[in-house]
Amino acid sequence: MRKHAVVLLLSSQLIVHSQNCNYTISGKVIDLHDGSLLSGATLVVSETELATQTTLDGVYTLSNLCNNTTYKIKVLHSSCQTKIFSVKVTGHMKRDFRLEHHLEELNEIILEGKAYENTTKTVLENNVSKETLERFSTGSMGDALSSLSGVTSLNKGNGIVKPIINGLHSSRLVIINNDVRMQDQEWGVEHAPNIDINSIGRLTLVKSAGALQFGGDAVGGVIIVEGQKVPVKDSLYGKTLVSAASNGRGAIMSSHLTKSFENGYYATVHGSLKRFGDFEAAHYNLTNTGLAERNASLRLGLNRFNHGLEAYYSFFNNEIGILRASHLHGAADQVRALSSNTPLIVNDFDYQIGAPKQQVTHHLARIKGFKKFENFGKLSLQYDYQQNNRLEFDIRRGDDKDKAALDLKLDTHTVLLDFDSNSNNAIHLKSGLMARYQNNFANPETGVRRLIPDYKKYDLGLYLIGDYKVNDQWQIEAGARFDYVHMDVYKFYRTSFWENRNYDELYPNIVIEDLGTQVLTNPNLKFNNGSATLGAKYSFNEDYHLFFNYALASRAPNPSELFSEGLHHSGARIELGDLSFKSEIGHKISATLQRDHESSSFSLNPYINTISNYVIIEPTSVRETIRGNFQVWEYRQTQAQLIGIDVDAAYKYNEHISSTHQLSVVKGYDRKKDLPLISMPPISTRNEIKFTYPRFHNLKMELQSQYVFAQNEYPNNNFEVYIPETESTETVDISTPPSAYHLLNFNSSIEFKIAKKSLLTVGLGITNITNTSYRNYLNLQRFYADDLGRNFLLNLKLNY
Amino acid sequence: MKKQFFIYTILILSLVFTGCSDDDPAPEPVNEEEVITTMTVRLTPSGGGSEITLKTVDMDGDGDGEAIVTVSGPLSAGTTYDGIIELLNETETPAEDITEEVEEEADEHQFFYTIGTGLDVTTTYDDEDGYGDPIGVEFTLTANTASSGDLTFTLRHEPNKSADGVADGDITNAGGETDITETFPIVVE
Repeated sequence: MRKHAVVLLLSSQLIVHSQNCNYTISGKVIDLHDGSLLSGATLVVSETELATQTTLDGVYTLSNLCNNTTYKIKVLHSSCQTKIFSVKVTGHMKRDFRLEHHLEELNEIILEGKAYENTTKTVLENNVSKETLERFSTGSMGDALSSLSGVTSLNKGNGIVKPIINGLHSSRLVIINNDVRMQDQEWGVEHAPNIDINSIGRLTLVKSAGALQFGGDAVGGVIIVEGQKVPVKDSLYGKTLVSAASNGRGAIMSSHLTKSFENGYYATVHGSLKRFGDFEAAHYNLTNTGLAERNASLRLGLNRFNHGLEAYYSFFNNEIGILRASHLHGAADQVRALSSNTPLIVNDFDYQIGAPKQQVTHHLARIKGFKKFENFGKLSLQYDYQQNNRLEFDIRRGDDKDKAALDLKLDTHTVLLDFDSNSNNAIHLKSGLMARYQNNFANPETGVRRLIPDYKKYDLGLYLIGDYKVNDQWQIEAGARFDYVHMDVYKFYRTSFWENRNYDELYPNIVIEDLGTQVLTNPNLKFNNGSATLGAKYSFNEDYHLFFNYALASRAPNPSELFSEGLHHSGARIELGDLSFKSEIGHKISATLQRDHESSSFSLNPYINTISNYVIIEPTSVRETIRGNFQVWEYRQTQAQLIGIDVDAAYKYNEHISSTHQLSVVKGYDRKKDLPLISMPPISTRNEIKFTYPRFHNLKMELQSQYVFAQNEYPNNNFEVYIPETESTETVDISTPPSAYHLLNFNSSIEFKIAKKSLLTVGLGITNITNTSYRNYLNLQRFYADDLGRNFLLNLKLNY
Repeated sequence: MKKQFFIYTILILSLVFTGCSDDDPAPEPVNEEEVITTMTVRLTPSGGGSEITLKTVDMDGDGDGEAIVTVSGPLSAGTTYDGIIELLNETETPAEDITEEVEEEADEHQFFYTIGTGLDVTTTYDDEDGYGDPIGVEFTLTANTASSGDLTFTLRHEPNKSADGVADGDITNAGGETDITETFPIVVE
């Protein structure tokens, strides 16, 4: 309709002034956020009858303007806030107008494309859809990410889920939560990211270190968690989600409310609760695997055309029970556990969360401001503070029974200054500075030697990334980053270890105090890390794209790799770090061929990641102690190589039926010893068929098949131990991966409009439909118990 | 405006670094409360005579240092011994008596005596917890005929005392976690 009006306006133009009025202004109308060109924008020259509309390429031309006259030009676009620009005409002119692109969102929000900006231009990014996030509302972020190809998870039971990207995890991944790099003791294998899945607005995965603005040490990749975008308009909306699950006999409740104003002010409040009892494997109860989680967040902000300010605070608290039967002392206990088909301890269902368990509290506060300068760019400044307190409770004796065996408090302050240049449409530059201070405090009141020493860590980083759109086919990207890391550590070493490792001769100067059986030392470690990215994107046509990227990443060794020295209860093994470690350096080359089309799409993503000074932990001996025999695992640095391919495909058969297919293959090798790497995800494939029937309450039904092969390449870390009771020597098989397994899952949803602005979505899901007994190679609990059995899920979601 | 940003940055940075760079004193060493460093098994002949002690000491727990195992002498054939086990944490001064803690939580602990092939001795429990199940801190050992072999003492935490054979001292079905275990070479003369 509007188009017709414009045509009418245009055809009825009249020349008002007769002298010097044959000048033109031409240019483009551009989305301020991502520089995309806006087609169909209307430009009206006030107090004249001149008007025009932008073409598909966002180009406009206004003719018949008079010289030396100042005009007010009103620029309108259906999804943007109308803006009036003052322009003085001096001859024929070129002038671009930038509009603030409104998000057309209210209730059910599907955010794609321009609402969020891509972090890298030459790596294909993967997003977890809103639907998938909601489907995993009773699970964790790691579970939702595992729905993407190339992502698996390293689990401890089902409560602790750590993402693995193309075979790498923990310190090798960078997790960005609402622009803040998570500092939550990610080095530990049994430390899951402290992020509430129900607070996530958008979840993005970058399988490369190329997103240098977030850090140079993402050898494995970057996970980006963003909150819900808030539109600049008067509105009040919210969402409440209640999900109940039969397995674990628990539920979650999550609620979200946003108020926004036309003038740019907004506020969002979110809270969620989760409570589960013992989960069940196919044939028995998994005693002490219950969990509880409490989260809340508050966001207040002002989002204006050229400046903005946002304050964000989130609180995360959880308590996760660890399978009682997985707590062992020594190799003889391990032999008993491994030779038993069922866990050694199986009790009746209970909501109680007893020892062993973890309790984590994470506070995150952030304040961020930005200012845009026309024809120059956007400057933003951010300060964030995080506190992570991790308590781990063990099975203990006497007065120590209720005392945590591990009590770490990690405080982190970070200041970020970023500059995003948009002065040129073809070249886009991003640069920034980062300064971080971190303090770890290991509470000595635990009565257990510190697993991680007290330390202070200082980081300074700076980066520059640029991308250049050569033409419609080619886009290139390059970036570099430098990080300086300084660790000031106070570490107690056992004298026996200190001398066995020759540290008394190598590092005599760092000893502060000799306490007889142990020495107090003050290592000061400094690392200078460089990282870089170089990539290109070639578009054959609208559908076919080829991405190519090389990323160099450098990661300073983490405190666990450097300073471990003693018994790690949860693994029933002694772990030894190495003070002499250097930074790990990864070179990842990846390519993606993508076909992006509505009816059929696919992507092929082969990669090769070569990592020098790769830190691995492996068994070296068996140590006899008064508590029995323990296997000793030592960290060592080697040359590693990971090679793999991720394949995604989707096909739409007709308007109701579609299918998606995924295949992930990764192979990892220790090139120095010519052995496979431990804990590499086995080959897996996921295939899904989906039926949708929008006319009947937007009905959706999905049947998903997941097949995981047995890992056939693994190092042999088995060892032998003498068992006095049977007077025999037994082999402890901790290497052989479990067999292949196949799982079937079903998911469905249906919508009901219950009021003008309220929508109720009811979902029903079943996971592991056939109640298959299986063990997952990447679940640390696999030695002791099966993975989860069948689970019925009921979701109720109300958007209002 | 740009200038202001830099000023703010420097201001915040200086706050961050000065606010936190105060010189904390060096951390305290951890007082390891739960560690068992020493197990002493005293065997006193019932009819009187000199005591035989079996002792194991591992001062650095799970550290590099190995346990030092000593047996004071051979047992006499045909003799019955009153046995008592003492557990100590000698990392503390004075040494902490862990046996007391074990006895306080008697129902959660049990010692097992595993007699190796060739050694002709028998053992019986001499104590019990509140439920009438054995603890094993006190026991009787009878040295039968002249022989030699291994004798292993194992303390289990949270064993299943009602499982088959456990109350009679059979460790096979006991479950639980091993708190301490040591094997002594024994000679009966």
